[in-house]
Amino acid sequence: MSLLIKGGRVIDPASGIDDFLDIFIQEEKITKISKNLHLSGSQLIEATGKIVSPGFIDMHTHLREPGREDEETIASGTRAAVRGGFTTVCCMPNTNPPIDEPSLVKFIYEQAKLKGVIEVLPVATITRKREGKNMAELGRLRRAGAIAFSDDGDWVADSNLMRRALEYTKMLGAPVISHPEDKSLSRRGVMNEGYFSTILGLEGIPREAEEIAVFRDLVLARMTRSPLHLAHISTQGAIRLIREAKEKQIRVTAEVTPHHFTLTDEVVQNFDTNTKINPPLRTQEDINEIKKALKEDVIEVIATDHAPHSPEEKELDYPAAPFGIIGLETALGLIVRELVETKILTLTEAMAKLTINPAQILGLDRGYLREGGTANITIFDPGSRWRVTDKNSSSLSKNSPFMGWELPARVNWTIFRGKVVYNEP
Amino acid sequence: MKYERKDLLGIEELSAEEINFILDTAVSFREILERPIKKVPTLRGKTIVNLFFEPSTRTRMSFELAAKRLNADVLNFSTSSSSILKGETLLDTARNILAMKVDCFVIRHSAPGTPHIIAKNLSIPVINAGDGAHEHPTQALLDLYTIRERKGRIKGLRIAIVGDISRSRVARSNIWGLSKLQAEVRLCAPPTLIPPRIEETGTQVFFSLEKAIKNVDIIMMLRIQKERDKGSLVPSNAEYREFFSLTEEKIKVAKDDVLIMHPGPVNRGIELPTALADGQRSIILDQVTNGVAIRMAILYLLLGGK
Repeated sequence: MSLLIKGGRVIDPASGIDDFLDIFIQEEKITKISKNLHLSGSQLIEATGKIVSPGFIDMHTHLREPGREDEETIASGTRAAVRGGFTTVCCMPNTNPPIDEPSLVKFIYEQAKLKGVIEVLPVATITRKREGKNMAELGRLRRAGAIAFSDDGDWVADSNLMRRALEYTKMLGAPVISHPEDKSLSRRGVMNEGYFSTILGLEGIPREAEEIAVFRDLVLARMTRSPLHLAHISTQGAIRLIREAKEKQIRVTAEVTPHHFTLTDEVVQNFDTNTKINPPLRTQEDINEIKKALKEDVIEVIATDHAPHSPEEKELDYPAAPFGIIGLETALGLIVRELVETKILTLTEAMAKLTINPAQILGLDRGYLREGGTANITIFDPGSRWRVTDKNSSSLSKNSPFMGWELPARVNWTIFRGKVVYNEP
Repeated sequence: MKYERKDLLGIEELSAEEINFILDTAVSFREILERPIKKVPTLRGKTIVNLFFEPSTRTRMSFELAAKRLNADVLNFSTSSSSILKGETLLDTARNILAMKVDCFVIRHSAPGTPHIIAKNLSIPVINAGDGAHEHPTQALLDLYTIRERKGRIKGLRIAIVGDISRSRVARSNIWGLSKLQAEVRLCAPPTLIPPRIEETGTQVFFSLEKAIKNVDIIMMLRIQKERDKGSLVPSNAEYREFFSLTEEKIKVAKDDVLIMHPGPVNRGIELPTALADGQRSIILDQVTNGVAIRMAILYLLLGGK
């Protein structure tokens, strides 16, 4: 079994390669990256005019298994992932039950092996039952294969517990991922607090709820000298704190989602529950700061926070509907549209945030193209246009505010361990 | 002029022309209410559903009476989201009732936007009878009607809205309506009850009642909510009364012919002492009467001849 990718523009942010090269794949490995390869007898992928990239890594995905298999499963979620060009997804542990013990970590690996199209790497909880009270067995979770720890959906509000978790994980080589939200301030809020929450009469989530949490987390990272990763940053204030922390050599990394740099709270005006997201869609000011931070690498990662919900749940009234939208299939299109076409990031810079950067934060040996390396490859055409519809989505849920949008950068092929797992129809 | 919209969801989206047209239409319905036989056949054969997901007596009665005066059939559906608890979604509930071939929904819900979601998904007219803290368009229309009736105009009047602005749909709808008709709107409340950036609606914010009502033509008092997070917003009713209750003494700084309004029900002795609520300046009961006329006008515009 061999594959030859010919004529594509190979971009590998890890090595800085940006050139027209052919890639030869045998079994699971890349065996040759070179100009003008001619090897007969292998399956040919004609990639002229397309970008050949390391397979994308999503370090923030909700696959809903176990517990809400009506909304997403490891099988459906990984099918959606490969449509979006992802060859690795890290699933968050706020399932039912939450991933707080080793057997559940193993369950994720097994399900992924049996039913998944690509690799799923589980993030385990920081606290038992995700209750924010007692530390979960982080060491045993790590041995079972947890790649990071997070109570995503909730902030670990107990500062002592967060301190201890940051300290303890130092011996485990897996980072803590914080969901920075002071719930005593965000309370029952359902959208960004500002002009639009005021005129719509919806309860607001002030940006300070994120800033306070980020500040607390940063000082604990400084205190413990442990690596900290901040999930889905949405505010100007939080970014300024992160930038300052980095200048002081605090070991912090951060991610943003595509929706947070694409949409503002103005879209809530139509009361479409697919605009209800946590953290909420903010303002143009925040978007500008996010873009600046992406450019400066203050934010290293773009993650989807893919959060499937059934139509029954999203058909509720705005305050009652759950937070979250799907994002695996629209991520690349939004990145190219909002960041690359607007010349905020080069393709290489943008792709780094989907490949080598998350790999490095999580200590994963992947996210690059190299002879001898595993053949996880995404091929896409940045100039192509496609429309987001129910039909070209593989997720079991359809809760996206981007339905009907025309996006650039259709994914043409996704190759996982040397096998084509997605081929654009 | 015609009212071209399918629904009445809020005042924010209406033009001054549309608002005036509704007020003008209400004049003839107001006249019907003075007749010995207060009934016209305008909406005979039409069925109006009052879909109330939040307790209400006066608004629901006012809509019911308005519909009956126009000879429509009325179905009252009051629930505290009970069917939602049974697993039925909001739209399921509405679609099921629509399948019984009804002609109009009047919806009250504690969640902003609920009438909008139903209106977008169903073909029949929807009237917003109050959606959370968002809008209460018929209340604002009856308030505008009452002001116009008593003052002869709205343009150029100075109006103070006093009370829990942050959670008041009445305040929001009135802010839009009064501003569109070129009145000067002042808002007055403790800072914890003023929502962020409200002044961007073109209103002025006051924390002092005395300053807010100086030289005003109308004082619109809002009900102070007795509810869950009172503690973190206003320390006590007694303190609120001390700072924000209207009194005979305080009202002297307003214009001599100032009128007092209230969307009801009044917390007597909290935002308004009984003497003022029932006094000569109070036009609270006019508001209630005009409410029926306004709702008749709306039902007629949305359903009559369509």
